[in-house]
Amino acid sequence: MSDRIDIAVIGGGPAGLSAAINAVARGKTVRVLSASETPLKRAETVDNYLGFYNITGGDLMKKFEEHALALGIATEHGRAANIMPLGNYFMINFSGNIIEATTVILAIGVARIREIPGEAEFLGKGVSYCATCDGMLFRGKKAVVWGLASDAVEEANFLHGIGVDVTFAAKGGRPEELNADIPFISGAVSEIIGEKSVTAVKINKDIVDTEGVFILRQAIAPTNLVPGLETENGYIKVNNKMETNIPGLFAAGDCTGVPLQLSKAVGEGLVAAQMAAKYIDSLK
Amino acid sequence: MAASVIYPNVEEFDQLISGGTPVLVDFWAEWCMPCKMLGPVIEQLGEQYQGRVTVAKVDVDEHSELAARYGIQSIPTVIIFNKGEIVDTIVGLRNPDAYTKVLDGLLNG
Repeated sequence: MSDRIDIAVIGGGPAGLSAAINAVARGKTVRVLSASETPLKRAETVDNYLGFYNITGGDLMKKFEEHALALGIATEHGRAANIMPLGNYFMINFSGNIIEATTVILAIGVARIREIPGEAEFLGKGVSYCATCDGMLFRGKKAVVWGLASDAVEEANFLHGIGVDVTFAAKGGRPEELNADIPFISGAVSEIIGEKSVTAVKINKDIVDTEGVFILRQAIAPTNLVPGLETENGYIKVNNKMETNIPGLFAAGDCTGVPLQLSKAVGEGLVAAQMAAKYIDSLK
Repeated sequence: MAASVIYPNVEEFDQLISGGTPVLVDFWAEWCMPCKMLGPVIEQLGEQYQGRVTVAKVDVDEHSELAARYGIQSIPTVIIFNKGEIVDTIVGLRNPDAYTKVLDGLLNG
């Protein structure tokens, strides 16, 4: 129990780091877990963040990270695949390790997830989002890994290593790190075909026979990340205390809705952290 | 006090699901992270429904025969049986409500 932390912040963008520094300011133990780079890094100029006129998104993000580091907060990179609310604490599956936290702040940004035909229908019947979760069930069987995330190649190699007959599909050329024994198809999966369970996928115009398809996107839909989480128009539903419908679970930044702006993200991160700290104190 | 969660073998499993008490079965494995996360929920259900619903866990590696029989392709998968029939199959991590709703419906229906 001693390694259960007070606050797990999911996402290392402006909302996440704002939450983290404010959590530390309230004397809480915190870890920042991040799957991807914030889009702020790609912003050419930022002109609407008070005090920083005509600065690049990259430079501003660097300042944010330096600020966090000065307070001892180093973002940990990996994939949070599931977050399970368990009453008075949460379990987080972070890159295959379980982290326990009393509260969680979701600062996961927005992801454009376009489900493909058959995906929802065959989820758990051949469709999986997690190689390390379901891989063992496909040992000795055919599985297509559709790589939309940067770590998808690693997952494909992992599946190959445990004895799955893997085909890797992704746009562009064959990735260098892909195990030489894994066949590669350049393209995107456009449809999942099956009856009771998956029998094939459509890649470009071709039908590829397979029993499994691992869809590895950069982001996971919030409702797939946390069971029971309420959303509205694709955004996480919060009140003005940044509370979600699940006690102890807060959200901040772009994932809670428009405007998708830096100042709002930073402000919401602060509110979420203070409310999480208050919630933790109320449990004692 | 009887254990609130049981670990049946194949023979015991077949007897269980054909009996008169509803059975909730959690198909899981040692290496499966989400299964570990569901563990506390399953144990809680076992305590909550003790005497009314049998809560069982089946390791898909140890009893691959059962996993194959029910076409388990993703774990955790929870199957709820009543009088030998499948009432519901719930794939993946869910919050406790997803399970209690089905069980309460069965017990009160």
